[in-house]
Amino acid sequence: MLRSLLFLSTVLVGALGVGSAQATVRIEQSDLHGPRALSEQTRAAVIRDYLQSWQSLRSALEQNRAGLLDPSFIGTARDKLTETIRQQAAIGIKTIYQDGAHDIQIVFYSPDGLSLELKDKVEYDVEVLDHDKVKTTQHIIARYVIVLTPAEVRWRVRVFQAAGE
Amino acid sequence: MRLRVLFPLCIVAATMMQPALCQTATMSLPAAVEAGKAFSIPITGSGKATLYIIGLGQVLKRDVQLGQTTSFPAGSLYDAGRYLAVLSGDSSTQSGEFDVLPVNRPAELAFLARPSRLPVALHDGITGAVYVFDPYQNLITAPTPISFELTGPAGSVQKRAMETHDGSAWASMDSTGQQGVDKFVAHAGEISSTRVIGQVPGDPCGLKMTARQSGQKLLLETDPVRDCSGNAVSDGTIITFTETFNGGQSTVDVPLKHGVAEVQLANHNGATISVASGIVLGNQIHWKD
Repeated sequence: MLRSLLFLSTVLVGALGVGSAQATVRIEQSDLHGPRALSEQTRAAVIRDYLQSWQSLRSALEQNRAGLLDPSFIGTARDKLTETIRQQAAIGIKTIYQDGAHDIQIVFYSPDGLSLELKDKVEYDVEVLDHDKVKTTQHIIARYVIVLTPAEVRWRVRVFQAAGE
Repeated sequence: MRLRVLFPLCIVAATMMQPALCQTATMSLPAAVEAGKAFSIPITGSGKATLYIIGLGQVLKRDVQLGQTTSFPAGSLYDAGRYLAVLSGDSSTQSGEFDVLPVNRPAELAFLARPSRLPVALHDGITGAVYVFDPYQNLITAPTPISFELTGPAGSVQKRAMETHDGSAWASMDSTGQQGVDKFVAHAGEISSTRVIGQVPGDPCGLKMTARQSGQKLLLETDPVRDCSGNAVSDGTIITFTETFNGGQSTVDVPLKHGVAEVQLANHNGATISVASGIVLGNQIHWKD
């Protein structure tokens, strides 16, 4: 019961020092199935870096520049997004992803501290442009599963996968 | 369940001196598609349009003929996630969503085992975490049976079986009493991933030395130094001999060689001599000629 209580109520992304987005962020109490305790400092860093990854994602897909993914993405997630950008560029498409709301829960912190998994119910808008002509803007609600790993100075997204509503 | 998206495609071509043409198109989207599987999107109506399939992992664009079924062969969509389908005509656009789901068949394990080396006989000293992926590197989020198996140097086996939660699972194991190499294996379905863990002797246990006169000197020598499980402590481990006499103290650090440490100290009748290795204390001798 307690676990279902919200750990923190609505927090503005700006309060976490993230970009210009106006997304609201709700952080639910962690429901860790790993043995490792999660410090408040680590929790804050992971969420901050994850939210920043949405800014990187938005910029990269809007400009079709895979290099903009580098600060936030690594491994499989980076490879897949890079391929998406390549496909977009090949057919003259750009997409603008604007996240509007996040409902985040950390679900796994590996025993060695080298990976952390969270779930996020995200609301976002996708604007699709074909040769700079807007085709549609769609509001989407999706549940994401994200795995992050620590890099030199920040957490980077290694798995980034929507699982539907 | 299939989503039906009404697509009023109204083309007013008055300026082209043609009669106005109004049509209604229906795009029937699947609710979900398994990654890599063939699927199709029936579209009613007449005329031509462009169909976009937009996701964070893939983007497709097709010119489609309304009134026909647009088929996507196997392998067209393989990246799991939420997709936006956009049907765009000359004057109208409709869209809908559907999911591409991971194949529920493990094909790859990301297996992290720590540490790579540890002392023997450590409870829960070895941990493993695993993420399970399908053939398209999608994380399989449905519960998936996982087993961990640790085989020690002497052949003893520890097993843990469980299901993944949101694609991940973990287990902890004990290091066994014998030094050597452990084989740590994670299994999911027909695939497995193996890591090797080194078990090294623990701290010395029952450290004991003897003393005897050697000319003008006092010769100190340990018994073969072993850990509490009976493994020989590695050569190079520092053994510290300390002699206290008449208010003064002298200390000598000696590395283990062939399992023992020896040193010669000044022969002081009435001296107290102790031996230690790190924080492990050995016996004490009160020397008398």
